[in-house]
Amino acid sequence: MDTDQLIRTLAADNAHRARPVGFALMLALLAAAPVSLLMFFTELGVRPDVMVAMRNPFFDLKFAVTLALAISAIGVSLHLSRPEASLRGFGWLLLAPVGILAAGIGGEMMMPQRLPMMTRLVGKNSWVCMTGISALSLPILAGALIGLRHGAPARPAVAGAIAGLLSAGLAATLYASHCTDDSPLFVATWYTIATALVTALGALLGSKLLKY
Amino acid sequence: MRERDDEWTGLMRSAIAGDSAAYHRLLKAVAPVLRAAARRGLARAGQPVDQSEDIVQDILLAVHLKRHTWDVSAPFAPWLFAIARNKLIDALRRRGRRIFVDIDDFAETLPGEAPAETASASEVAAQLQTLPARQREVLQSIAVDRASIKDTAAKFSMSEGAVRVALHRGLTSLTAKLREQ
Repeated sequence: MDTDQLIRTLAADNAHRARPVGFALMLALLAAAPVSLLMFFTELGVRPDVMVAMRNPFFDLKFAVTLALAISAIGVSLHLSRPEASLRGFGWLLLAPVGILAAGIGGEMMMPQRLPMMTRLVGKNSWVCMTGISALSLPILAGALIGLRHGAPARPAVAGAIAGLLSAGLAATLYASHCTDDSPLFVATWYTIATALVTALGALLGSKLLKY
Repeated sequence: MRERDDEWTGLMRSAIAGDSAAYHRLLKAVAPVLRAAARRGLARAGQPVDQSEDIVQDILLAVHLKRHTWDVSAPFAPWLFAIARNKLIDALRRRGRRIFVDIDDFAETLPGEAPAETASASEVAAQLQTLPARQREVLQSIAVDRASIKDTAAKFSMSEGAVRVALHRGLTSLTAKLREQ
């Protein structure tokens, strides 16, 4: 087939309209969410004292951090799904959760504490936290990658890594309602390790799956 | 150059709005620019330039299947050249070289350069043979016999909708096969 012939077939297919990447991503995440929710409610569940915990600003802060991560990563993912886009000018969005967390750590430092710093950092749930967030992320990561395949990222591994951040952010939002460790130091340590693992996995899978 | 870019952007906007003739003109207009760039890239990598047509077709398929990632309010050329660069790097890498593709490769057709003829391409043609019969027949009817969707539908006793679906699926799986090879 010569190029003129190929062009004729492409022009004939002009009527076909693909959905925007944002729409595909949303559908894929909505399809993946029930799997993670099912895993969460069968294995972990919301902590029993959640009504009391909600009055603790450090409990609420966990959601601010994880949602800021998820939302900024969704924004950056959609930006990077365009072939001519790069992280420049957009990457700073990902600093939002870091800033909120840093402010939280500063706030906690200024308050009188019953427990020493290392005890708060190590917490009681570090292992469940790491494995829980990572496991809950997997269905969401699969969904995110399927949705983002509709895009055309210049750097598939970077786009995959951001998909990892997005999934870790959403999974950590679920997990945060289970976990009784509310210290920002705990979040900064164990949530971050889990997020890094998922991000690395996302980069690895993205480099294969997000090539167009 | 500026004028050319504006013309492309206008054509692509019409294409997105449903004007297939504008789309056809646009693809015909960008093909020689892509071809010249592909030749330059191959030459710089010490590869035979007669493979340039495979790269051009690869780029055109990606442009077609990813055109929903183009922002209609943005100029078309940077988007096009980003895809072209990506595909050229891919193609050269597959041929086993570490390559530097210069952004200027795409910026302009050098003056005095002989307009490259449509060369034969083998990769798309070879993958075409691996498609399901229906998709292949529909693609060939439109590409080689210059039949319209309507005539193709009549020829194979299919509905026009079924022809459109077979055409789009055919193009999608061609692209997937090219990527996997």
